[in-house]
Amino acid sequence: MSVIRLKNSVNIISSASVVGRHEHEGPLGELFDFWDEKDTFGMETWERAEAEMQRLALSFALSKAGISGDSLDAIFAGDLLNQCTSSSYGLLPFNAPFFGLYGACSTVVEGMILASLLIESGHFSRVADVVSSHNCAAERQYRTPIEYGALRAQTSQWTVTGAGAFILTNAGDGAEISELLPGRTIDLGINDPADMGAAMAPAAADTLVRFFRETKTSPDDYDKIITGDLGSRGFELMSELMFREGYDVSRAYTDCGMLIYDRKKSDVHSGGSGCGCSAVVFGSHFLREIEKGELGPVLLIGTGALMSPLTVAQGQNIPAVAHLVKIVKKGASL
Amino acid sequence: MKKDEYKKLAKETAPRSPVLKDCLFAFLVGGAICTLGQALRDLYTMLGAETELAGTLVSCTLIFITVWLTGFGVFDRIAKHAGAGTLVPITGFANAVVSPAIDNKSEGRVAGVGTKIFSVAGPVILFGVIASAVWGVIYYFWG
Repeated sequence: MSVIRLKNSVNIISSASVVGRHEHEGPLGELFDFWDEKDTFGMETWERAEAEMQRLALSFALSKAGISGDSLDAIFAGDLLNQCTSSSYGLLPFNAPFFGLYGACSTVVEGMILASLLIESGHFSRVADVVSSHNCAAERQYRTPIEYGALRAQTSQWTVTGAGAFILTNAGDGAEISELLPGRTIDLGINDPADMGAAMAPAAADTLVRFFRETKTSPDDYDKIITGDLGSRGFELMSELMFREGYDVSRAYTDCGMLIYDRKKSDVHSGGSGCGCSAVVFGSHFLREIEKGELGPVLLIGTGALMSPLTVAQGQNIPAVAHLVKIVKKGASL
Repeated sequence: MKKDEYKKLAKETAPRSPVLKDCLFAFLVGGAICTLGQALRDLYTMLGAETELAGTLVSCTLIFITVWLTGFGVFDRIAKHAGAGTLVPITGFANAVVSPAIDNKSEGRVAGVGTKIFSVAGPVILFGVIASAVWGVIYYFWG
């Protein structure tokens, strides 16, 4: 698979983020469009709360773009729960063609890649990319009950309660996606679900090295290189893996999982994770800076750990995937 | 990079748990729970309970307190610092039964609470019962 350079521009005309209280209290808290004090979003169960977050995120993104849900050619959406129900239930009201995706925490970029290719093909002109994760819904599915008391490993991460929505079109202003590189699934032998940063770092490095080699560019050609949710643990390993391949990424490299919480004050260990992590941090922070022209070319790398509670219980390794998109201010890539 | 090489790198660079601090917290909190247990036992004995009954009442009281703290979302905040300090006494077991019950009440009393209440503590109960049965046989013939 080689780098795809889009001939026609694919624009991100609007985005919206919905988060929980813990995320609102973080350093980027003021940037998010909506947050809920109790993380329930008025619902009786965590699963319904997460679906409601997706509904809210897409509603805000559509109203910012000034369009309605039934004018969408398709929605690409995903989350972490079994059978992606937060997406299918939450986006039911929009009455738009629906594709459910599962790429774990890489889903937001997976959706951007698929949406971009279909928009460029000319078949679709307006596509929504929506993802979510909810700390309580994810914890009870993947780990222990929410109120179960135990020490957490230093390498563990905190699932972000957050939903992000992006509207991609074939015309418009703001930011545009100019290049894509789908990731390969990589397994380098990590099987500890409390060390997902270590499981995902090799996939991120594999994609980024392939991208640099094919485009004959280097870390210095980008203002920011942003991974989704490697956390401080994965950040260190990613930097080391890139260094061993001959690339010093220290100037431009950052990770959404390290930015969303105040890691000194809140007890999140290695940082944030989950589909919502990269979506809300990129959408509310980096995308706005790109739109304003404050940030030049950016590489966004969605990173996903592709295990399930069953494969973990069976002691299987955790494969990971990392998809890359290059995003620039409209017109800047010409 | 090969799997073995990467696993070695990941192992070498993993941040370590603060073992001394964890041990100290476990000792202090676990010790405090046991001291509370002893105080309760003395209290129940003073109130006229036989030694064996006093012990049972202590267990019931500690379980009640844990269930209450778990329900109000306080127990896990203590336990994430205390570690083995709250896990090892009967408090850990009580929390392991109540927390899945709270989690799964959204799926109803039978399919939710009933099915999942022992999802964490189940192995302890199963192997505890087996071990006590084996010990009972040994005790019967050779005790």
